[in-house]
Amino acid sequence: MTAFINHFSFEFRAGIRDKQLLLVNYLLPLGFYFMMSFIMPGINPLFLESLIPALVTFSILSATFLGMPDPLVKAREDGIYRSYKINGVPSTSILVIPALTTMLHLVIVTLIITVTAPLLFDAPAPVNWLNYLLVFVVMAFASAGMSVLIGVLSSSTRMTVMWSQLVYLPSMLLGGLMFPSSLLPDMALKFSQLLPATHAMNAFNALAMGKVAYFNPWGSVVALFICGIFSFGLAIYMFSWDSRNEGRRGHPLMALLVLLPFIVGIFIF
Amino acid sequence: MENPVIEVRDFRKTYGDFIAVDGISFEVNQGEIFGLLGPNGAGKTSTLESLEGLRSLDSGSLRVAGIDPTREPRKLRNLIGVQLQTSGLPESITAGEAMRFFCAYHGVDARYDLLDRLGLAEKRNAQYHQLSTGQQRRLSLALALAHNPPVLFLDEPTAGLDVATRVELHDIMREQREAGTTIILATHDMAEAEEMADRIAILLSGQFAASGTPIEITAEGAGLTKVSVRTQRSSLSESGVSFPAVSQQASKDEYRIYFSTDIGPTVAAIISHIETQKDTLIDLRVERPSLEDRFLEITSPGGDR
Repeated sequence: MTAFINHFSFEFRAGIRDKQLLLVNYLLPLGFYFMMSFIMPGINPLFLESLIPALVTFSILSATFLGMPDPLVKAREDGIYRSYKINGVPSTSILVIPALTTMLHLVIVTLIITVTAPLLFDAPAPVNWLNYLLVFVVMAFASAGMSVLIGVLSSSTRMTVMWSQLVYLPSMLLGGLMFPSSLLPDMALKFSQLLPATHAMNAFNALAMGKVAYFNPWGSVVALFICGIFSFGLAIYMFSWDSRNEGRRGHPLMALLVLLPFIVGIFIF
Repeated sequence: MENPVIEVRDFRKTYGDFIAVDGISFEVNQGEIFGLLGPNGAGKTSTLESLEGLRSLDSGSLRVAGIDPTREPRKLRNLIGVQLQTSGLPESITAGEAMRFFCAYHGVDARYDLLDRLGLAEKRNAQYHQLSTGQQRRLSLALALAHNPPVLFLDEPTAGLDVATRVELHDIMREQREAGTTIILATHDMAEAEEMADRIAILLSGQFAASGTPIEITAEGAGLTKVSVRTQRSSLSESGVSFPAVSQQASKDEYRIYFSTDIGPTVAAIISHIETQKDTLIDLRVERPSLEDRFLEITSPGGDR
C-alpha cells in the first residue's frame, strides 16, 4: 500500500510539475473554458445550455488523449520500464496509476468549471448531480483506458500523436461539444456514435442536465464503461517491458475491440 | 570455502540469426567483484539482462542467489540491485522521491543516508533532469544499494564521474565486498577493472576470450615490458650496444627505452653495462603490460585469444 501511495503521489505531482502535462491537464481546458464562455454565447446563445458538459468533456479529452499516451511511450523508450521491472514495480501500476492521477486532475478541473460556470456565465448547473458524477467517471474511465492502450501500442511518440488525434479531432468536431449533434447529417451522426465524446455528451445532457437524448443515454453509460474495461484489459495484456516494444503480446488490431460497444450501440441504442 | 552466488552454465542467447552469447559458463563467489569486459556488441548487456531477469535464454542455465531469474523473477527483485547505464527514471522525479518510490516497492525504509554519502544531500529536491550525468549515476547507485541486496550489477558505474566521486564510489564497492555482497562490474574502464575486480572475463563475439585474475590475464599476453633508463653520460646511446630479450628499442628525451620479453636478464645486463662504462644511473622505470594492453591485444582483429 505504501508503494502504491508513493507511486500515486509522484505521478500526481508529475501532472503539475511537467510543463506539457500541466498544459493539457489544466491550462488548455481552463483557458479554453474561459475563452469559449466569453465568445460562444454571443455567437450561439444555445451554447450556454451545454457549456458545462461540453467543457468537462473537452477537459477529459485533452487530459487523456493529449496527455497520457506520450509519457507512457517515452518512459518505455527511455528504459524506465526496465528499471521499474528490476525494482518490482508491477505493470498494472504503471498503467493504472497515471490513469487514476489524471482522473484526479480532471476532478479538480471539473469542479472549477462546474462551480464557476453558473456564477460567471449564467450557465445552467446539472439537475441530477449523481448522474453528472456517474457520466463524468465513466467518460474519464473510457478515455483514460483508450489513452493507455494507445500508449501501450504505439511504436514511437510520433505514432502516439497520430493515434491520439484520430480520436481527439473527430471528437471535437462531431462529438456535440461545439454544436448539438442533431445538426449533423444522419451518416455523420452514426459515425459520431463511434466516439466516446458523443456518448458522454448524450449521457450528460439527458441524465444530468435534464435535456433530450439523441439515443439511449443509459446505453451510452454502459458503452463507455465496457469500452474502459476492454481498453484497460487489452492494455495490461499487450503491455511490454521492452524499450523497443518487441515483446508485446497480441496483434495491434485487437485494439479495435474497444470500439465494439460503440458499434453495437449504433444498432441497438 | 568457495560459495558461488552466481552460476552460469552453457548460457546461449540469440536474436534471430544473431548469436549474442554463445554458450558461456562462469561462477561468481560471495563477496567477489567479477569484471565483465568486452567491446560493444560482445554480449555483456545480454548476459547482464538475462541475469537480472529481463531476458529469456535460448539454452543453458542461470542461477542468481539460488534463484532462476527466468522462472522466478519476482523472488529475484529483493536479491539484486542494478545500477543502470541509462537513466531508468522519469525526468520529473526528484532524488528524494525516487528513493522513497523504489524503497517502498522493495518494502524497506527510504535510505536518505545513501544520498548524503554519495554527495546528493543538496540535490534531494532536484528533479532528475536537473542533475548532472555524474549525479544521475550516483543516484542510480544509491537506489541500487538502498535495499541492501546480496548481489549488485554495476554497468559502467564511474563513467563521467569526477576523480573524488570515483574514489568514493570505489570505496563503497570495497565496503560492499567486505560485507559479502557479490558484484558484477561491467565496464570499459580497464584501470577500474584492474583495480577493483577480483576476477575478470573478457567477452568477444559472445564467447569468453580470456578469464582469470587481472594479473593472470595480463601475464598470458605477449605484451612487452617497457624499460626506460636515463644515465649521466648517456653510455646506452652508443652504437652497437644490445641487451638480452630486447625486441625493440628507442630514444625519447634523455631516456633510452627498451621493450623486453624477459625483464630479469634485460635489467641485469643494462645495469652491468652502465657499471662497466663507469656511467651513473639517474633513473630506471619498468612498466609491465597493463590490462588495457592485453585487452587491446585480445580484441584487435586477428588478436591473440
